[in-house]
Amino acid sequence: MITKDEVEHVGWLARIEIDEQDADSYAAHLNTVLEYFGQLDEVDTENVDPTYHVVDVVNVFREDVVTESLTQEEALGNTKSKQDGHFKAPKIM
Amino acid sequence: MAYHNPDGVMIGLEIHVQLNKLNTKMFCGCSTKYHNDEPNSHVCPVCLGLPGSLPVINERAVEAAMKIGLALNCDIVPQTQFHRKNYFYPDLPKGFQTTQYDFPIASKGKVVIEGEDGEHVIGITRAHMEEDPGRLVHIGSIDKSKGTMIDYNRSGIALIEIVSEPDMRSPKEARRFLDKLRNIIEYLDVCDTTLEGAMRFDANVSIGGGSRAEVKNISSHKGAEKALLFEIVRQKNMLRRGGTVVQETRHFDEARGVTISLRTKEQEHDYRYFPEPDLVPMRVADRTAKVVETLPELPDAKRERFTKEYDMADMHAKALTSEIRTADYYEEVAAKVDAKVCTPWVADVLKGELNYRDLTVESFKVDDMVEIIEMVTQDKITEKSAVEVIRAILDSGGSPLDIVKEKGLIKVEDDVVSTAVSEVLKENEAAVADYLGGKEQSLNFLVGQVMKKTRGRADAVQAREMVLESINK
Repeated sequence: MITKDEVEHVGWLARIEIDEQDADSYAAHLNTVLEYFGQLDEVDTENVDPTYHVVDVVNVFREDVVTESLTQEEALGNTKSKQDGHFKAPKIM
Repeated sequence: MAYHNPDGVMIGLEIHVQLNKLNTKMFCGCSTKYHNDEPNSHVCPVCLGLPGSLPVINERAVEAAMKIGLALNCDIVPQTQFHRKNYFYPDLPKGFQTTQYDFPIASKGKVVIEGEDGEHVIGITRAHMEEDPGRLVHIGSIDKSKGTMIDYNRSGIALIEIVSEPDMRSPKEARRFLDKLRNIIEYLDVCDTTLEGAMRFDANVSIGGGSRAEVKNISSHKGAEKALLFEIVRQKNMLRRGGTVVQETRHFDEARGVTISLRTKEQEHDYRYFPEPDLVPMRVADRTAKVVETLPELPDAKRERFTKEYDMADMHAKALTSEIRTADYYEEVAAKVDAKVCTPWVADVLKGELNYRDLTVESFKVDDMVEIIEMVTQDKITEKSAVEVIRAILDSGGSPLDIVKEKGLIKVEDDVVSTAVSEVLKENEAAVADYLGGKEQSLNFLVGQVMKKTRGRADAVQAREMVLESINK
């Protein structure tokens, strides 16, 4: 069972603000989803290989050849928060 | 003698190796040669984490990862894949790092080091592939920072993270392990270790079976030793005062030589790994044989071959193979002059003089070394003069022959020495009598006088023989 606290914790991890009321309703919704997974768990998968990727393809590679990068101006084009050619973020610690 | 590890020190290391010899990053075609360029000028939608961009794996990064894994005696797993490690930090523009989780490309290896009590095996838990985050520049120091500037040129550079077992029992062993590892990485030619940030270390340290502290931000081997020494003393003092060591992440401040608690939030390690849906799995274990063929002779094998092929002491073989450029240099010299003669000249004399000046073998021409050794073996200069020539070349350049002439180092002919000997004996009759009367030191005095007369160009051993011969006539 997912609790309201867990919903708030997951919200914090994803940096999403969830208010008290919503947390209760999300917990209920998530529990419905988990119940469905519970049903899936009943299927016997004893001799089935795990699926790591939905497409049955492996080894998609590219050669080690340089392609053109963006210019610094282009790279910083979408931000207002910049300083000396860098992106600028608030202090971390 | 067995090492008892009095404090029960256990050190495990995580080493990040940048595959900076590749042309491009791990998942995009941006160039890895950003070190002298403007910030954020080697970036594209993939390594900036812009929406809709898709990563594609650099095949040579996979080969390099396999090389490293195999050189560390690891198994290459049959199927390997990438995961997303989710956390928010400004150096990760996507909000997650693309890394490997439960199927790292290589695992279960080992490296043998010179431990506290002889050979000591360090287990390698795993070596996995991941992308480097961007570089953060803190405005002010990390604990009093006013803001952070981010350069994403480094973002997406291919990294190999090597994780060791907590098998090191002292900071010295940790340093030896790092030296050995760097040596192997250099042999493999996958990383220019001289570039800033090419190899970075985190350490886990615990004493007496207690909780471990993780020390981050170590950037040199010397720094690693210093950080570990500090951390062990800190933990010992903590216990002595009746406290307990808490499991935490600490930041090493190299300038101050201390580790600082980062007081991170408890949720920090909730990374919610899940398989990276944008990248399909890799099955590359069947390429192992092909990769093995491309592996160079590794340090341990080279060391063993040197002792056999060149008939040298293990101590010399170790000194010569500790860096691939020194080993290659030695082999070039040994191809031109008698290997047995040149071993101490390269392993002891040249290496010592280079270390003293913080130089590498690139600073001394192979041909110059050969010429100097030949002058000694052909009896043209003394061994002492040869050392003088090597020093002169390192300090102010020039050719061996010019220096020998300039400094008047050509050994004087035998008859000049014998003239000097007879003159000395004539001038110092008292000393001769003393010697004949049993006073051994008088002989040294007489030989010294001969050396003085010939201004040091006579061979001291030879001069001694000639003095003895004349006295006993």
